Amino acid sequence: MIFFVAMPMIVGIMNFVVPLQLGTRDVAFPFLNNFSFWMTAAGAGLTMVSLFVGEFGKTGWLAFPPLSGIQGSPGVGVDYYIWSLQIAGVGTLLSGINFMVTIIKNRAPGMTLMKMPIFTWTALCTNILIVAAFPILTVVLAMLSMDRMLDTHFFTNDMGGNMMMYVNLIWIWGHPEVYILILPAFGVFSEVVATFSGKRLFGYTSMVYATIVITVLSYLVWLHHFFTMGAGASVNAFFGITTMIISIPTGAKLFNWLFTMYRGRIRFELPMMWTVSFMVTFTIGGMTGVLLAVPPADFVLHNSLFLVAHFHNVIIGGVLFGMFAAINYWFPKAFGYKLDDYWGKWSFWLWTIGFYAAFMPLYVLGLMGVTRRMNHFDDSSLQIWFVIAAIGALMILGGIVASIIQFVVSYRRRDELRDHTGDIWDGRTLEWSTSSPPPQYNFAFTPVVYDNDSWTDMKKHGYERPRDGFLPIHMPKNTAAGFVLAMLSAACGFGLVWHMWPLVGVSFVALIGGFIIHTFNYNRDYHIPAEDVTRIENERSQQLDRYA
Amino acid sequence: MLIVIVPVIFLTFYFAWRYRKNNKTAAYHPEWDHSTKLELVIWGVPLLIIIALGLITWISTHKLDPYRPLDRIDADRPLAADHEPLNVQVVSLDWKWLFIYPEQGVASINELVTPVDVPVRFHITSSSTMNSFYIPALAGQIYSMPGMQTTLNAVINEPGEYQGFSANYSGAGFSDMRFKYLGVSDDKFDAWVQKAKKQGGTLNRSEYLQLAQPSTATPVTYYSTVAPDLYHAILNRCVVEGKMCMDQMMMMGKGDGEMAGGAIKHGDKQKGGHSSALNMNSDDMGRKQTNGQDDE
Repeated sequence: MIFFVAMPMIVGIMNFVVPLQLGTRDVAFPFLNNFSFWMTAAGAGLTMVSLFVGEFGKTGWLAFPPLSGIQGSPGVGVDYYIWSLQIAGVGTLLSGINFMVTIIKNRAPGMTLMKMPIFTWTALCTNILIVAAFPILTVVLAMLSMDRMLDTHFFTNDMGGNMMMYVNLIWIWGHPEVYILILPAFGVFSEVVATFSGKRLFGYTSMVYATIVITVLSYLVWLHHFFTMGAGASVNAFFGITTMIISIPTGAKLFNWLFTMYRGRIRFELPMMWTVSFMVTFTIGGMTGVLLAVPPADFVLHNSLFLVAHFHNVIIGGVLFGMFAAINYWFPKAFGYKLDDYWGKWSFWLWTIGFYAAFMPLYVLGLMGVTRRMNHFDDSSLQIWFVIAAIGALMILGGIVASIIQFVVSYRRRDELRDHTGDIWDGRTLEWSTSSPPPQYNFAFTPVVYDNDSWTDMKKHGYERPRDGFLPIHMPKNTAAGFVLAMLSAACGFGLVWHMWPLVGVSFVALIGGFIIHTFNYNRDYHIPAEDVTRIENERSQQLDRYA
Repeated sequence: MLIVIVPVIFLTFYFAWRYRKNNKTAAYHPEWDHSTKLELVIWGVPLLIIIALGLITWISTHKLDPYRPLDRIDADRPLAADHEPLNVQVVSLDWKWLFIYPEQGVASINELVTPVDVPVRFHITSSSTMNSFYIPALAGQIYSMPGMQTTLNAVINEPGEYQGFSANYSGAGFSDMRFKYLGVSDDKFDAWVQKAKKQGGTLNRSEYLQLAQPSTATPVTYYSTVAPDLYHAILNRCVVEGKMCMDQMMMMGKGDGEMAGGAIKHGDKQKGGHSSALNMNSDDMGRKQTNGQDDE
């Protein structure tokens, strides 16, 4: 769920929103972006293949050795896990580089770093985390596959290997990964709360610094995932305290959202509802997180359902609610029509109430000492709490169904829900200044920025859309190279899983050859003629006049 | 913490209601986005809380460090600094618990007994996968890890029967990896040791290798005698005859980089008094290592 649901969703939303918020045409390296996407798809595809050919990895999401070693798991499940993540990881890493360069180099004129929309700021920090953290995952998985294939002993029980080294390394990646997911969600809430309160974001500067502080601190807390390893008291206390310190900038963010609502005019559209639900839910999750950060408490609560409740509290209440807010907020921009309110509200209430019903009993059970991953319990007095949690889980299922219905109904009612203005929420940032959906070149003329809420600023000063004088626009051409190279990677991964060396050899050589050949492809860009731009922009002008 | 949490949750609901769109009486300041005083409060108050909490954490983490020898039996009874705790060696196997009492010379499977008000020092390791040794009534949990040893100091004050289990997933038989923990009087503890001595068989290397095979919901078993070097061999992963112990392996090359020259003094190798069956010429060492691997 983290690798192939949460990550693609986060990266996908950044992909759509960041260039629009920056007022630019595309990311800095369009082909690389295409290639990254297909690599992620290839990794996900390889995981799907494992469901049908061979076996699915049975060692949990982090595949701890010795269970994931060749003796603990002789089958191909772990190999599928390793090579899927290696292939998808290349995509993620390249995306990270791409976005960093885009945000640093491609901002609209006038948009200094401190005038950048807050979502883009969180995207920048997330991509810094990606670039710095994903190589660790690559290396640790490579070491694990060497243990499995080449008989090395990095993480084996014997021959001087040490499994705790794996646990440390994977969490040095794994903890920043958590923040890679949550930071963009924080960015979404910041955009939503300002837009729907009809107000500037309170404490923009402190929001930016809070994000940066979290980025740095996220590297200094990994050991809190295993205080019970038996490290010394000073080590545990150090990591406990660094973990608590993260709650300071996070708390500051919550207050900033709160004071953005203060003296605003709050419109309770769906994105705003998800945001308010998040603020309450995440506060509870943050509190239990600080509790778990105290090592003596963790010695009692580690691996209990309390822990399970805590991380679901922050991942569902934080990342997932953030994604729901983001989807409801930017869907009209991407597809040109709003999502249906009625089913959206069903989804919202079922998710919110279902979440509390499902996970609050787990906090109770965890405090009573119930360990996770058990397949049965002897104590029948616990049953009632599990029943409540199961009802909550069913409500969440209802929420999932409601949001699927929401998409279907919205598609069928798309003409009624159509957004003709391009600025359906009275937005504050540049993405709302262009049409919905945006033309392929995003902006006919690159906007000039004077303020953080640049679109609000433009509207206030009576901005007029230019209606003539359009110029040809330089664009990248379509190419199949990204797809072909990613499929070759998938074939190579499949060969490595099954030890089909001829396939590995051929696909690897083809992969490298394909890269080299692609670099000689100079026919990769074209210009959209000025007439076409004029035609598209005129249609938009007429549409705006008609609905004004 | 609740100083922050409660107001935040309350204010979220209050602001959401107070500043709703339809309430035209509420103030509306679309340009208000900064207040130094508020910023000081929202950074300062959590900072002060975390400083206080950080201090508590630092002190309590050291105080409750499982490695720290106990200094009291309960709130009123201090312990002498030179007291001798009862030593128990704990080994998590797939999927059962082995408890070795080195001082009493007995061992048991899935049943742990210690006398009330006597400090106990657990030395914990694992045979293959990682588990977590946890008796909630006694103390916090700690991992049991193959090739590594963790330590837990604890004391039980109330006699009774408690549950102990593994708190870290370790494979198919994990859910049944439970054991009974009994806190008993000194007399009853002695009686229990005698019972084990009478009933039990011998736990030697071959018996241990049998025992280490995966099994689920293993019944309580006693051993009247335990090979004295068994725990050391388990911890150093050399129960199989002829396999080099890890502590020896790590000592290789200690000294003047003799390993590079291919000659190790015999005395060096035997340092620490290991009794594992490693009787080979120092020149054979490299080869022996490879053989050990085939044994697995």
